[in-house]
Amino acid sequence: MVPPRPPIKERPMQRHWIHAWLLLTPAFVFLLAFTHIPALTTLWQSFRTTPRGRRPSRWAGLENYQELISDPIFWKVLGNNIWFAIGTIPTSILIALVMALWVSERLPGRGFVRMAYFTPTVLPMIAVANIWLFFYTPGFGLFDQITGFFGFGQSNVLGSPKTALVGVMVVTIWKEAGFFMIFYLAALQTIPPSLIEAARIEGAGPWTIFRRVTFPLLMPTTLFIGVNAVVNAFRMIDHIFVLTGGGPDNASSLLLYYIYETAFRFWDTSYAASLTVVLLALLALLALGQFFFLDRKVHYK
Amino acid sequence: MISKLKAAAAAMALAASPAMAVDLEFYFPVAVGGAAANTIEDLTAEYVAANPDVNIEAIYAGSYQDTVAKALTAARGGNAPQLSVILSVDMYTLYDEDLIHAFDDFATTDEDKAWLKSFYPAFMENSMIDGKTYGIPFQRSTPVLYYNKEALAEAGLNRAPETWDEMKEWAAKLTKKDDSGNVTQWGVRIPSSGFPYWLFQGLTTSNGATLVSEGGTKTNFDDPKVVEALEYLVSLSKDGVMAPGIIEWGATPKAFFEGQTAMMWTSTGNLTNVRKNAPFEFGVAMLPAKVSRGAPTGGGNFYLFKGGSDEETKAAFDFIKWISQPTQAAKWSIATGYVAPSPATWDSDVMKAYVADFPPALVARDQLEFATAELSTYENQRVTRIFNDALHAAITGEKSAAEALAEAQAKADDVLKDYR
Repeated sequence: MVPPRPPIKERPMQRHWIHAWLLLTPAFVFLLAFTHIPALTTLWQSFRTTPRGRRPSRWAGLENYQELISDPIFWKVLGNNIWFAIGTIPTSILIALVMALWVSERLPGRGFVRMAYFTPTVLPMIAVANIWLFFYTPGFGLFDQITGFFGFGQSNVLGSPKTALVGVMVVTIWKEAGFFMIFYLAALQTIPPSLIEAARIEGAGPWTIFRRVTFPLLMPTTLFIGVNAVVNAFRMIDHIFVLTGGGPDNASSLLLYYIYETAFRFWDTSYAASLTVVLLALLALLALGQFFFLDRKVHYK
Repeated sequence: MISKLKAAAAAMALAASPAMAVDLEFYFPVAVGGAAANTIEDLTAEYVAANPDVNIEAIYAGSYQDTVAKALTAARGGNAPQLSVILSVDMYTLYDEDLIHAFDDFATTDEDKAWLKSFYPAFMENSMIDGKTYGIPFQRSTPVLYYNKEALAEAGLNRAPETWDEMKEWAAKLTKKDDSGNVTQWGVRIPSSGFPYWLFQGLTTSNGATLVSEGGTKTNFDDPKVVEALEYLVSLSKDGVMAPGIIEWGATPKAFFEGQTAMMWTSTGNLTNVRKNAPFEFGVAMLPAKVSRGAPTGGGNFYLFKGGSDEETKAAFDFIKWISQPTQAAKWSIATGYVAPSPATWDSDVMKAYVADFPPALVARDQLEFATAELSTYENQRVTRIFNDALHAAITGEKSAAEALAEAQAKADDVLKDYR
């Protein structure tokens, strides 16, 4: 015998459903308004021409994408961005890890050292870039004053196409490492001391402990930091405005900076939209790749 | 008696409560120190006090780039300001977007028409399209050569160089090295970061080249005279009288004060800055000549935006007319170092007293006779960027001058072909 479904139970179910939607709505509205709708509009715009006051927008199909493929500056900034990512991500993660291991030890003035390493993260990027601009200034900048003391000539790091991108990368690493250190520091606190003590009893040296115990346990944090670092490598461009303006001859321009220039200096919004679509696709691919392939290799417990 | 008082009170009440007050929005950029913003606000307040039926909100909109971006965005959203100061070179862009009025449409009286003709012709080159005036010169500048008189005297020189050859020769004499062969003082400094095309126009103009054919639809980047000018610029670094690589614009006055360079090229907008901060006696001279003297003009114009009511636009027109009159223009020029845009301003008593006290202020005015329009085309920012990239490529030795300029010309043609 099947008992009839009690009607009383259905109402709370419905109410749960409404509740859930009510709770989700505020966040959903904002996501829709500021993320999803703009993303779709961008995609739509990338298939049309830029409207000018005297020439309205028309359907362009893949014209913008064809222009993109034949645009040498696009390829240059994309290449720059890849070098920028390769140059900044592993270095800043490595420095962050070393700093975290160093300041999690019991050393005198630990609080001060931690604060010192974290300072770059707190400072606004534009202010930081202005300070670095002074460091790099040929002739009377800090670096030239120091090297000049040892009898070296002037350097022009930001004014030469060979070194401008490196100059920008150094500032990025300096800025990012302290931020990532905080995550490592938090993760290090969660590693049970018993594991390390056990390893010691087994006769493991500090290097083996790090390689076999600490580092594997830090992997989830490394993955998290890795995803963030990759996103930042495509997103952090504030300092470029101050340091080089993308120059000389686009030697230090990155993809997002080029998008900004195309959209808000050249006012070619449609071409900027197609560049944005490429950037979005690239970031989505990278994030998916990291989560699905690296995630398998991460040891969680 | 009482009725008279009543009438007077009524009249006062009428005057005090302007029923039809016009509200105007006025965007302005500031490209030099903080005093400029205060001066604009003071001038606006003065006008509003004298004209109670007009209310002007002067909005500081950031750099030139920020201001044009804000004005364009606001106009696209249907809230354009009635007036704004924007780079003179953005005129074609604003015109192409169909955002600005021609001043001629509002200049109905003979007085108004005379006013439109009262500015230096060099400034009007960047302010007119097809014979109509779209911009009124306001914060305009031109580059000049500043030199350290003490350093020159030390090298046995008692005047500024007058030709390209002289400048290079002077610069060679002024370049000093220490015992290990490192340069401690460069001869000359022509900054090339950010917007190198502007100072470079000082070389092309004095070599008799015109970068853009009239109408802003054709560039002449590959003209042999332009190539020659770029080769000269590159040779300054190659021959060791100017620092190699891209030279920072912003650090240039500082390098001059520190004795890092004996001569520098920069805007007249820096005149007050140099006057206050140079720890030595300095001189100001026109840019050196090749076939003639020559320099570009630069800086911002007033624009009258579409979108307001007739009444609002007329009120904005009147304000622009007022602020460009000699008394106001002199005040502005003295506070900043910008070049007063009309001969009448230079003839005013305030201005005469100023230049009597500080003669270098005259150099920029005298140079106007040889000045040409700053590089300005349709899609100006993009075309300028192409040109800047070419200059950077040549200065850093990535490409030869001829090769870089030929490429830039091809790219610019590609952008501008739609406008011909």
